[in-house]
Amino acid sequence: MESLTEDTQRSAEAYAERAGSRKAFFTDTSICIGCKACEVACKEWNRNPQDGDLEVLGSSYDNTGALGANTWRHVAFVEQDQDRIEKARESGRKLVSLGMPRVGPPAQAGAAAGAQDGTAPPDTAEFRWLMSSDVCKHCTHAGCLDVCPTGALFRTEYGTVKVQEDICNGCGTCVGGCPFGVIERRDEGIIRAKTERAQSKYAQEIPNEGTANKCTFCYDRLVDGQTPACAQTCPTTSIKFGDREDMVESARQRVAELHQQGMTEARLYGANPNDGVGGTGSIFLLLDEPEVYGLPPDPRVPTKDLPRMYQRAVLAAGGMLAAVGVSFVLGGRR
Amino acid sequence: MAECHPVGFQWVTEAKQRGARIIHVDPRFTRTSAVADRHIALRAGSDIVLLGALINYVLTHDLWFEEYVRAYTNAATIISEEYQDPEDLNGLFSGYNPEDGTYDKSTWSYQSATGRETVGEPGAETEDDAAEPHEFGAGGPPLSHANVRRDETLQDPRCVFQVLKRHFARYTPEMVEQTCGISVDDFTYLANSITENSGRERTTAFTYAVGWTQHAQGAQFIRTAAILQLLLGNMGRPGGGIIALRGHATIQGCTDIPTLFNLLPGYLPMPEAGQHNTLQTYLDSIGSKKQKGFWANADAYTISLLKAWWGDAATQENDFAYDYLPRLTGAHGTYQTLERMLRDELDGYFLIGQNPAVGSANGRMQRLGMSHLKWLVVRDFSLIESATWWKDGPEIHTGELRTEDIETEVFFLPAANHTEKAGSFTQTQRLVQWRHQAVTPPDDAQSELHFFHELGKRLRQRLAGSQDSRDRPLLDLTWDYPTDAHGEPDPEAVLAEINGFHVSGPDQGEPLSTFNEMRADGSTAGGCWIYTGIYADRVNQSARRKPGQEQDETAAEWAWAWPANRRLLYNRASADPQGRPWSERKKYVWWDDEQQRWTGKDVPDFPVDRAPDARPEPDAGGPAALAGDDPFIMQADGKGWLFAPHGLVDGPLPTHYEPPESPIGNPLYGQQSNPARIVLPGKDNLLAPSALQPGSEIYPHIFTTYRLTEHHTAGGMSRFLPYLAELQPEMFCEVSPEFAAEIGLEAYGWATIISPRSAIEARVFITERVTSLTIAGRRVHQVGLPYHWGVGNEAVVEGDAANDLLGLTLDPNVHIQGSKAAQCAVRPGRRPRGPELTKLVEDLRQQAGLTVETGNERLTVPWGEPQDQPRGEQ
Repeated sequence: MESLTEDTQRSAEAYAERAGSRKAFFTDTSICIGCKACEVACKEWNRNPQDGDLEVLGSSYDNTGALGANTWRHVAFVEQDQDRIEKARESGRKLVSLGMPRVGPPAQAGAAAGAQDGTAPPDTAEFRWLMSSDVCKHCTHAGCLDVCPTGALFRTEYGTVKVQEDICNGCGTCVGGCPFGVIERRDEGIIRAKTERAQSKYAQEIPNEGTANKCTFCYDRLVDGQTPACAQTCPTTSIKFGDREDMVESARQRVAELHQQGMTEARLYGANPNDGVGGTGSIFLLLDEPEVYGLPPDPRVPTKDLPRMYQRAVLAAGGMLAAVGVSFVLGGRR
Repeated sequence: MAECHPVGFQWVTEAKQRGARIIHVDPRFTRTSAVADRHIALRAGSDIVLLGALINYVLTHDLWFEEYVRAYTNAATIISEEYQDPEDLNGLFSGYNPEDGTYDKSTWSYQSATGRETVGEPGAETEDDAAEPHEFGAGGPPLSHANVRRDETLQDPRCVFQVLKRHFARYTPEMVEQTCGISVDDFTYLANSITENSGRERTTAFTYAVGWTQHAQGAQFIRTAAILQLLLGNMGRPGGGIIALRGHATIQGCTDIPTLFNLLPGYLPMPEAGQHNTLQTYLDSIGSKKQKGFWANADAYTISLLKAWWGDAATQENDFAYDYLPRLTGAHGTYQTLERMLRDELDGYFLIGQNPAVGSANGRMQRLGMSHLKWLVVRDFSLIESATWWKDGPEIHTGELRTEDIETEVFFLPAANHTEKAGSFTQTQRLVQWRHQAVTPPDDAQSELHFFHELGKRLRQRLAGSQDSRDRPLLDLTWDYPTDAHGEPDPEAVLAEINGFHVSGPDQGEPLSTFNEMRADGSTAGGCWIYTGIYADRVNQSARRKPGQEQDETAAEWAWAWPANRRLLYNRASADPQGRPWSERKKYVWWDDEQQRWTGKDVPDFPVDRAPDARPEPDAGGPAALAGDDPFIMQADGKGWLFAPHGLVDGPLPTHYEPPESPIGNPLYGQQSNPARIVLPGKDNLLAPSALQPGSEIYPHIFTTYRLTEHHTAGGMSRFLPYLAELQPEMFCEVSPEFAAEIGLEAYGWATIISPRSAIEARVFITERVTSLTIAGRRVHQVGLPYHWGVGNEAVVEGDAANDLLGLTLDPNVHIQGSKAAQCAVRPGRRPRGPELTKLVEDLRQQAGLTVETGNERLTVPWGEPQDQPRGEQ
């Protein structure tokens, strides 16, 4: 039973041996320019097929839509008016007064609080355009890995989660196991370009059809001491790559810095070890509520409830047995 | 910049994190605006009003950098008594000739110190002899001498400083609000940001791309910024300058060693037929030996170039084969060439990495032009629309062209891409970076070097043994580059030739290390004087890759910058007139009194031993004539030009004119549009009537064209790649919510955009990123159009081409087309198909009453009647 879940305690112990080697992304959306180079570099390196129907999606400059079997980096574009910016600033400010996210050492937190009372925040623009590059979270408690019946998904020596495509049988259990909707089965039916081009010279060879696919954290690059393709190509260093501890630290510093400038809308996502997935290996600095970017506000690994569910099931089963016993006894009297 | 130059934007991101303030001025809100401190939207084409108002603000609030301006600019120079300003002539300068729409520039001249006569161009006896702008190299216009009259108190009403003040006096924040649609609050923020961030301790930089250049007076947009930067002391100093973001990789290299009709390598001008019949007359036209600066040595650069091209065949006796050079008979720019095609005067055409069927203005005219050719060679990666218009272009669909009637023979030759060949990229900072070949080209694909080398070899084989003297230039060319097993010439051998070498003497065969070693006696050869030093010591200096962390901030050992590995031009101006840094913070190049030399963090852009207090003899010429405080060493008087007495054909000072197609009357002058612009009237190039003329209301909106990060120009390198095509799959237009509501456009539905040239359809993006503006009391709507799509069957994605909407009107200085502001009509829904499309366009033309003259009248004010009051706002 316990083998089906990763508990915080156990993960911490497991990671302690190689805590320094857990790798992470820190995606700082405040300096993302939405160039989508990460999307392209990812597809190029991993030979992921072009997807979609080559029509405008109807979502600002985003024509990718979401992460999936063929898209392992996805840049969201969000257009917002002044009202929404004020709200984001307010909600971020509240997070600070609640002490979350942590914004570094006390001195800096104090300075951030200063911005809240008195230090004039920058003029609120009438309009803003948010851009953010999403990716697999490589959770501390990874739902996909927990539920995989074949062992195709595994935790790598870098603390990341990867599919072994030659073991995956395409059952799709992991798809429902991911609280972020990241992992997906690469289906034969949905990945063709425009029909008239299916046989054209632009048709691509498609690897790993029928198996589960998601970001590998460029495992094949990591083993060679290389940076993942998306982080390597990001021109503004919006996508940073390194040891998770360092990434969390610099993310916290950056939030504190932005709060000092009055940008209280800044907050972290995935840095909290007590969240529903035990923190993630992909940390984000966001400028609004996560759901604005299409991220779940309170992700929770589905297997988290398993122990309690089993306990309840045992209780229920016991109760049922007892009831049967009682009824047997009672019935026996008749 | 983030939108079109995302890789370069890393430095802006870094600067911002270190406290720099980023302000983005653009009609549309782009990815740059998204991360800027403030976005300021303006009406497309109104930039000179904004920049002029900043100049006026700096002058009226006494915020100019006095010591810099007095010493380093021509502020004190006195202008001819004959000069009259647009303030006097309701929008025209003195010297206008209404017959041919050109200016006699003699009234814009400097006064000579020796008398009342003016300082003209050398070799020009009469104004008719004065050079057209395409005849100057980039060294700019020469002066016959540099002994000019000055008033150091800047009080003389005819000194440049006072002329400038008066010229821009009506460019006020209120005028900006009325003309550009920028609020006084935004203007004040911009003006304060720029002025507070300029001076001894700080510098401000301007960065621009074709949003400034592609106008019927694009060169003057840049001039306005140059005046502002000179007044603020931001030129020649670290963190300052005006930074041109070029549109393609190594397009800077394509002007240094040019693909332009009017230039030879190193910005030497192309000789003109009838005027430059001998080497001497040609050299005299480039630079006088009596003017200041390094252009006075143009003879050494030219003769070294001739020696590089024709080797032993270039001798003292035959003027170093000067007669082998082709001559210009007029302007041969891309649009003049197009007109010649349409007149059946051109047989063949090479397209090298260019897709005019999609990427050039007035696409229909481009395609029709190509249909008049006998043969067309397209070298590209894919079958771009310029190679397939004869079977699936828009005119085939409308029935205007029929494939079986087209006699053009089209050859498609596959090209190698940048990973498949070695060579150099020169970027906007003049940094030449070498790249190595990663893989060999697939199939028959060849590099340009390989192709042209082979073409040259085959032509020479054909001509071998010819006695015809006209074949000598080709047969005498030095064309013996070593090749590898695939026949690919060694690009480093070409680089060595460009660098130059000693032809004779003790160092025979050794590479030159600086252009100062070039001689006019034929003892040196070099293919491009400004690149000399790139192969110094037989080392490919452009291939240096020492990481930035291992160097100081100048990073002089990363690649190589022309000239002389100098990273910042005119850097003498980073020190004060006495040679001391303006401040510790902005220390860059300074005079070392002990060593008696200029020194610093960069290669000094000045004669290295010329002391700050050096004053040359009045009759000295060339570099020897530069005073110790003449930092602008390529200018004929050593000064930065606030007022340009020569060199620009449409005015010595920038003046706001409305774009040739504008629904707004010029709020500043009676003269509506640039009176010296080049017009190309014709039935294929009809223009909309601009403001106040009947028919203008038929095309009431402004459209502007631009690029997206996901695509590259006409799409040849992006629409054919699935990974890029899927990111922006369809042509769209961007409009404001107000405009969409007004004419009934639906979000992500369709709109038809109609200009006097064509009609296209696009998906509709309704967004706050586009703003409707109040201009001169009326609501003006702007439509944004990316221009990456084209009609054809070969690309992964296709769509209508925005450039089909554009008409042709050219900047008279550089012949660039205006493509950033024009008039259109917009309707909801998709466009008609087939001949109905032509009918729709024609219907609107008739409603507007268009003729070939419409919009092409140069003059809209009476000429020769000075008016006290400008016409004022509409």
